Amino acid sequence: MMFTLPNLFRLAVLVVLLAFLLQPAWFEAMLTPLVQENAPAIYNQGSLFWLTVLHLRTVFIATFAATVVAVSLAIIVTRKAGAEFLPLSRSLVNIGQTFPPVAVLALAVPIYGFGEKPTLIALFLYGLLPIFENALTGLTTLPPTVVEAARGAGMTGSQRLIRIELPLALPVILTGVRLSVVISLATATIGSTVAAKTLGEVIIAGLQSNNLAFVLQGGLIVAALAVLIHDALQGLERTLAGRVHV
Amino acid sequence: MIQIEEVTKRYGDTTVVNGVTLTVAPHTVTVIVGTSGSGKTTLLRMINRLVEPTAGIVKIDGEDNRSIPGYELRRRIGYAIQGHGLFPHRTVAQNIATVPTLLGWEKDRTEAKVEELLKLFQLDPADFGPRYPHELSGGQQQRVGVARALAAEPNVLLMDEPFGALDPIIRSKAQEDLTAIQKHFGTTIILVTHDMEEAFHLADKIAVMDKGEVVQYATPAEMLVKPATPFVETLVGASERPFRLLGIETVGEAVEPGSAEGRPVPEVLSQRDALSELLWSGRSALPVAAANGEILGRVTLQAIVKRAARPR
Amino acid sequence: MAIGIIQEKERLAFRFDKLGVIISILALYGALLAPFATYRANRIIQGEARGIMEALPPHLGYGLLFLVVAGAAVALLRTPALFRMAMALAALAALAGLIGIAADHLTPPENSYARVSPASGFWVLVFAFSLLLTDALTRLHPGPGLRLLVLAGVLVLAGSMLVAGRWDGLSIMKEYANRADLFWAEAGRHVTLALGSLAAATVVGLPLGILCHRVERLRAGVLNVLNAIQTIPSIALFGILIAPLGWIAANIPGASAVGIRGIGAAPAFVALFLYSLLPVVANTVVGLAGVPRAANDAARGIGMTDRQRLVTIEFPLAFPVILTGIRIVLVQNIGLATIAALIGGGGFGVFVFQGVGQTAMDLVLLGAIPTVVLAFTAAIVLDALIEMTVPNSSQGNAA
Repeated sequence: MMFTLPNLFRLAVLVVLLAFLLQPAWFEAMLTPLVQENAPAIYNQGSLFWLTVLHLRTVFIATFAATVVAVSLAIIVTRKAGAEFLPLSRSLVNIGQTFPPVAVLALAVPIYGFGEKPTLIALFLYGLLPIFENALTGLTTLPPTVVEAARGAGMTGSQRLIRIELPLALPVILTGVRLSVVISLATATIGSTVAAKTLGEVIIAGLQSNNLAFVLQGGLIVAALAVLIHDALQGLERTLAGRVHV
Repeated sequence: MIQIEEVTKRYGDTTVVNGVTLTVAPHTVTVIVGTSGSGKTTLLRMINRLVEPTAGIVKIDGEDNRSIPGYELRRRIGYAIQGHGLFPHRTVAQNIATVPTLLGWEKDRTEAKVEELLKLFQLDPADFGPRYPHELSGGQQQRVGVARALAAEPNVLLMDEPFGALDPIIRSKAQEDLTAIQKHFGTTIILVTHDMEEAFHLADKIAVMDKGEVVQYATPAEMLVKPATPFVETLVGASERPFRLLGIETVGEAVEPGSAEGRPVPEVLSQRDALSELLWSGRSALPVAAANGEILGRVTLQAIVKRAARPR
Repeated sequence: MAIGIIQEKERLAFRFDKLGVIISILALYGALLAPFATYRANRIIQGEARGIMEALPPHLGYGLLFLVVAGAAVALLRTPALFRMAMALAALAALAGLIGIAADHLTPPENSYARVSPASGFWVLVFAFSLLLTDALTRLHPGPGLRLLVLAGVLVLAGSMLVAGRWDGLSIMKEYANRADLFWAEAGRHVTLALGSLAAATVVGLPLGILCHRVERLRAGVLNVLNAIQTIPSIALFGILIAPLGWIAANIPGASAVGIRGIGAAPAFVALFLYSLLPVVANTVVGLAGVPRAANDAARGIGMTDRQRLVTIEFPLAFPVILTGIRIVLVQNIGLATIAALIGGGGFGVFVFQGVGQTAMDLVLLGAIPTVVLAFTAAIVLDALIEMTVPNSSQGNAA
């Protein structure tokens, strides 16, 4: 299981990524053909490693907050007291997802100014939607006999939620988190247009100075992060879902 | 004892259960039958307050079932449903331990109970305890479902079509098991089904429901002999009546002095099965033996045919 | 007895609409505490907040306050959904009209430098009544035809306000007036990018999807590659494509003549095309896989050829799912096309990024609002189309 071909490939991607982040000079020769004479082939206006850490930090904070809020909201609207909001919240999620992430980001700037704040807000707002949608799906499509049995066994509402409903909905919720993380990883790069410290800085510097090597390395780092995080979360989902077999 | 008094359930303008009164004697099996939409499941669910009645009272051992919170009530009453409803993310042992855990039993006591129940249902605790529900066959899942319902030693067990998802062979085995376990614990069982055969097989008393009302509440024999309404008559099945009647009584009750050829049949065999044996083997009488092998006499084709006739 | 009392209390509390409580708090906050409009003496200067009564002539100001209170009351009490919808539409229409009047009212005569824009109170009010509208529409559950009709009505109304110059006093419209020609050129580019790449993706993606459905070995590989493309951030993919397209333009005769260049619309178009492939291909595969086996067997049984089966059975049955893929692509592309501006590809992003660069919110809005309207319109139209193409039987199931 551990050493299948895809896993070896992922390991290789991880090793190359780490090597590139820690010792970018090793890769200089590969990137030099992409740049014009005398232009630097490796991003030189900051540490790639630190930009990656900051990029991941932004995505993590936004996703974590989005997960907490989205799952709480989904729990509220699937309880009896909040049931009134369920149809509306579905509509709002559908509407929200038609808003382009760039528009959310651009509209956050006038309110929150430049820097990390508008990016965090935009990522948070945009990240809410897939998590909320999936948490709703997870909590509303539980096998009815199981919920019925939990009630019949004398569990209180909160016992049912914590012992039965959330564990069963967890794989579907995680799918939402995964979608959200992948969208956020890419969208965070746009944050650099409003001066957030992310890997988008590398790409934008490349676009501005016509340096293809910058664009490529910025883009590939984000893509590699996205693929690795996506697959890791998917693996986790499968492990959980395997146990939850209904 | 369970007393259902003038219980009514309405959803908006639709009345699902209409003024039902029913008393269930302790340590008996009562089967509620009816077509789908007759209100039988709703009636059952009002006993453990999964559904709150619009009007009327349900008393368990003389106490109004609203005197304690619903969830506490349900911990005291066993509940088994069609399709078992096992928690897919918990092992068999954890599933069975659900109510004892909720009641805060000590670990040793819970474990001992789980082991006892698994053994009772012919499942090896070491093998089946750690398995997840999806690793069991349909029949095993159903048994675990019933074991879970019985884990906290409830006096009352409610069952909603518990055998509905099983194939015929496993179903009759499960019914035998249930009868044995009912004898073992002396549990008062109320079971809902749409299967008349199952009702006659298991019930001490049958309640027939139609359009939210109980149209007849009687012993199986009474129901065959004196169906209260044409609906009950249809449900019982006119062409099945003599066989159902024979199915209720045992050979022991029809035994007469005399001898007969061939292998004896046990006295606990139903008269219906004896008739079947008589017809199939082409004999006109069978020897009847007690459990210890002693020959008690014989049962004749003529006697059985007479017993199948409508009593006057 | 105790139980009876609890139920009585619950019934009393239930007479208020829970959402209505939120809506009325938002509406009252927006109307009474937050500024309705912002006045700036010129484009760059810090704005000054103006409340409703300052921003509007007295009779209109009181009128709006009355309308807001009435709207809050309608939201708060349990009123029929149709009534709620009418109230929400009336309030939104009034807000739309009044913000234009506020602009004219606040701008001193003959002053072409002063700028008036909607402030937070206005947006909060719009949000509150949009919430009321959405809730009412969700409860009414209108059919696809009616939804399209409502959309058309709103668009026509907004369009006629624009044409009649009702909003000309607003800062955003002044930004527009300064670059009207550019605006329409960029709008054209934006739509061309989004629709053109969608068309190309459909032309390529449909056959590719059918092929993946038929040839199982191909499926995982193709979908994995397309999935991987989706993980590359849009700015990066736009940028990366500059190189190969630049090379093609320089080395392949005739390429530059048809508009292929290293920077500009070409890499944006190709990037959007690549992003669009996954939803189209994946939904085609899912749609075809979802065709009931019995339908396929029956078609084979009566002697249809593979091609006949595809055209008369599989494709019509899979169509709603494929259309869902196209909806995803269209909405996504309308948003992503904004990024094209970063590599000189044009589109509404030009205004967004210019506005961000100049910290001119009105310019940002000039780019963002049309993008959101386009995406929203596309979503509503395609959702309606999808609903119309789904056979009636399964519609009943969904409801």
